[in-house]
Amino acid sequence: MLNENIPSEFRRFAEFPGARMPHRRRQVDSHGSQIAVYEWGDETASPILLAHGGFDFAATYCQFAPLLANGGYRVIAFDQRGHGNSDHTALYSWAADLRDTLAVANSIGPEPIPLIGHSKGGSLLTQFAQAYPHRVSHLINLDGLPSRRRHPDISDHERSRLREKELGNWLDHRLACAELKRSAGGLEELARRRGRMNPRLSHEWLCFLVTQGAQRDDDGWRWKIDASMRFGGFGPWNPTWELQRLPGLSMPLLGLLATVSEEMGWETKEKDLLPYLPPRAEIVSIEGAGHFIHIEFPDEIAKRVLDFLN
Amino acid sequence: MTNKTQWLRHGKIKLALHTVRESMEEGSHPLLLLHGLGERTPETLFDEFSSWPGQIFGLDFTGHGLSDIPKGGGYTAELLMGDADAALNQIGPATVCGRGLGAYVALMLAGGRPRQVRGAILCDGPGLAGGGPQPSNPQIIHPDPHCAPPPDPMAMAELSNDIRPADYAMSYVLQATHLSPVIHPITVCAVQKTKWITAVCEAIETEESTLKDALEIYSRFVPNEESEA
Repeated sequence: MLNENIPSEFRRFAEFPGARMPHRRRQVDSHGSQIAVYEWGDETASPILLAHGGFDFAATYCQFAPLLANGGYRVIAFDQRGHGNSDHTALYSWAADLRDTLAVANSIGPEPIPLIGHSKGGSLLTQFAQAYPHRVSHLINLDGLPSRRRHPDISDHERSRLREKELGNWLDHRLACAELKRSAGGLEELARRRGRMNPRLSHEWLCFLVTQGAQRDDDGWRWKIDASMRFGGFGPWNPTWELQRLPGLSMPLLGLLATVSEEMGWETKEKDLLPYLPPRAEIVSIEGAGHFIHIEFPDEIAKRVLDFLN
Repeated sequence: MTNKTQWLRHGKIKLALHTVRESMEEGSHPLLLLHGLGERTPETLFDEFSSWPGQIFGLDFTGHGLSDIPKGGGYTAELLMGDADAALNQIGPATVCGRGLGAYVALMLAGGRPRQVRGAILCDGPGLAGGGPQPSNPQIIHPDPHCAPPPDPMAMAELSNDIRPADYAMSYVLQATHLSPVIHPITVCAVQKTKWITAVCEAIETEESTLKDALEIYSRFVPNEESEA
């Protein structure tokens, strides 16, 4: 179990069809920060590394990862700093996430392995593959390829058009964040809150996520994610930088795109990517899928991934 | 020189805010010094500061001087703007003078808190350029953990690589020039013309000057009722 402390009256929520707890759990030290790592499948099988999206956690792969493990892989996922069971660190940045990712990759071994990332995790692993191409055999990006449109879990607005209110709000948040706590509520209440951002995911799945990504405190359930974190980054960022680096990727790339527009989505379209694709790229738009394509269609996405790897 | 240090909280970090010199003239607003990359608040001041009438404070940024050194890095210039804002929140409206990295942070704070910053002075110093105006080769920054802090080797490595696009710097210039009660809220004293400094210099209403003159002008700023509203 990821969350061993689920009181008995809530255990029914920790069951979801197809969801399997990891077979192993361990920690990796990344320059003093402890990163929680989970594994599904045979320990001696070929490894695959997964990275979750912003404000998610490794357990969001509880349905998808076992399907890859059934395909003959050792599937490794980790909670990014501040998320899930990893340390709530003092500082958060893209560079730190990349460094933590390297620490997890180093705990697996020096051989090149396939990487699969969703949303922000896809963007993170794409940059990892650009920085350390010798460590990556295949890159699979689940609705996290860059687009000029928008990236809600990286940048909430175009950074060059800062407004006084946004800047002031961010600074006010920094002044107050030492005292912030995520608000507690009932298990189903947390699921409903998350449902506002994840309208296409079932209430039962979101309840399952609460059992894994939240903790039961005296005053109710509370998401584990560090309250000092805010959705989206803050700082200079331009999607063109990412797009222009895409053609330089050397390993086979599978990019799966959502086709249904939703709040969290990146709105990346095949035609936007065409001028930037590396030689061995396969881009597939998944009909009828929202941003969480691997949660909406776990069997189809796992099959596509396994076919691509094999 | 005084040697008073007060402690501020910015998120999980405890910051050291030093009183470098007491006020010489009652009612004058304070000066906040922001050091360069790898530096700390100076114990002695350059002569240029001797005629500043108000109190003079110096902030040690996260990972520098007496401030906390966090585990695992994750530094950004925006985080340091939050450090500087914690100091501003403590001391009230102030003129901000930054060296190198501190100059970039001073500019950001002038844009982020345009009504509280009574002029930002941008000087040469370590870490002025950062990682340049656009990303270089993608890299994973993991510095030598055996370099004893302070300064935190993570801060040294990460804040030498943070991207500082000219248009991004300009967005802070625009905030400051549009919203500050000070007529010329940003003064560039830096000789080194990085891309972002060049953009700032080219901007309308941005002044280039000597440090002494800039301090002299900003020390005379008197807020009117409207600007304090």
